[in-house]
Amino acid sequence: MTKSYEKPKLMSEDGKRHDGRLPEDLRPIKMEVGILKNASGSALVEYGGTKVIAAVYGPREAQPKHISIPTRAIIRCRYHMAPFSTHERKSPAPSRREIELSKVIREALEPAIISELYPKASIDVFIEVLNADGGTRTAGVTAAALALADAGIPMRDLVAGIAVGKVEGVLVLDLDELEDMYGEADMPIAAMPGKGVITLLQLNGVLTPEEFEEALQLAWKGLKKIYELQKEALKKRYTELSIES
Amino acid sequence: MSVTPQAELIPKLKADAILRLLERKERIDKRGLEDFRPIEIITNYIKNAEGSAYVKLGTTQVVVGVKLEVGSPYPDTPNEGVLIVNAEFVPLASPSFEPGPPDENAIELARVIDRSLREYRAVDMKKLVLIPGKKVWLVWLDIYVLDHGGNLIDASSIAAMAALLVTKIPKAEVNKDTGEVTIDKTQYVAELPIRGSVVTVTIGKIGNYLIIDPTYEEEQIIDTKVTIAVSSDGKIVGIQKSGMGDLTLNDVKKAVNIALAKAPQILQQIENTVGRLKTTEN
Repeated sequence: MTKSYEKPKLMSEDGKRHDGRLPEDLRPIKMEVGILKNASGSALVEYGGTKVIAAVYGPREAQPKHISIPTRAIIRCRYHMAPFSTHERKSPAPSRREIELSKVIREALEPAIISELYPKASIDVFIEVLNADGGTRTAGVTAAALALADAGIPMRDLVAGIAVGKVEGVLVLDLDELEDMYGEADMPIAAMPGKGVITLLQLNGVLTPEEFEEALQLAWKGLKKIYELQKEALKKRYTELSIES
Repeated sequence: MSVTPQAELIPKLKADAILRLLERKERIDKRGLEDFRPIEIITNYIKNAEGSAYVKLGTTQVVVGVKLEVGSPYPDTPNEGVLIVNAEFVPLASPSFEPGPPDENAIELARVIDRSLREYRAVDMKKLVLIPGKKVWLVWLDIYVLDHGGNLIDASSIAAMAALLVTKIPKAEVNKDTGEVTIDKTQYVAELPIRGSVVTVTIGKIGNYLIIDPTYEEEQIIDTKVTIAVSSDGKIVGIQKSGMGDLTLNDVKKAVNIALAKAPQILQQIENTVGRLKTTEN
């Protein structure tokens, strides 16, 4: 093992984080829609060093037929990390973590998709983490929502994701891997900001009730920023398309 | 891959009855919206386990067994023991459970309980080292669901905490020359070091109503659940939203307040049964 497990200093005296950000700052965010030719819809999302790609196939016939539901489309969702996305090679076989995250991400998207419009169909969402540096599930939700919109699937709202957490006693937005690993708490959240509802909420770590309320408010600020960037990315994609044609 | 589950069909009459009663702030089993069902806890239920508990929550029945083994620590925590939480939804517990490896629901349940215990450091892992960097105690916590009557996670969390509180550490002799450890399970030398207790409280949302400890039937018509893990010193030590619906910010805040109010009662009942909620110092 060459890696040191000593906890690095994560907050400086002047209130800055180890990468120079203030507690409320997001990392540089990049979003690009329609990046894959074969998929019905796709998106690439980067939160700092985290790079995630999402693709949507469908609505298409559910296979095998017996998994279909007569009154709505089923959503199939896979969150998966590429073997080269982490410091140590990750086995491509689905881990328990990936199985759980596939479930919570599907449940984060379900309330947004108007699935009743496509009885017996399947809408498939595939998320691949290409490079992991903290916040992969929230970047994954953000990318998946863009890919669904790009696929033209009717939605009640976009779904935006961000993590809030506590690092050396300070509540911070958009944790990177180091802050997630050595911080006291990590709380990933996804929401439909336009509708004001939360669709994914997890807390790994310890918070007092007061800190929790504050964290929720901070997360909401971050979610609104992500939401605006999502709308910009979609507009950019489709204004470009109209110029091309 | 996670797939939208097919909803279990419960008779429409029953679903209607549940919804109608909720409007009057009542439940089909006469409970209030924020009442748990009766909880029965039996500790040391499994004699061959180092610690165990049987929990009956309404009609839900769960057994947790804790087994201790000697093994290697994780490379990033060379001077700490290891806690491994696993859940089995065995087919005898519900018509919807199939034999085979744990599905996403069993994995989620185990991981939520694992995180609540781990993040709060409920078990003092630093005290479970036999040879620093080489040999430590592995604490295997296995959750076995016997009868699915709804709210498996809270029943499992109660059983997990009760089992850990009664877990005893077998005698272990370290051979300094060979680095080998011999365990003698006929003799127990200590109780598992516990820093504090943790329990989950699960709140379900049906329409605009929040209810706690949902039954199996209520779970079938619930939009969303949120599980809040609370520690014995009143901190929030884990949250998991599950289910296909959404929650307003206000719902979440209300759910957290309900959990903070209810958890001390459950922890008290565990303490009364176990006769021990003593904690070791840091």
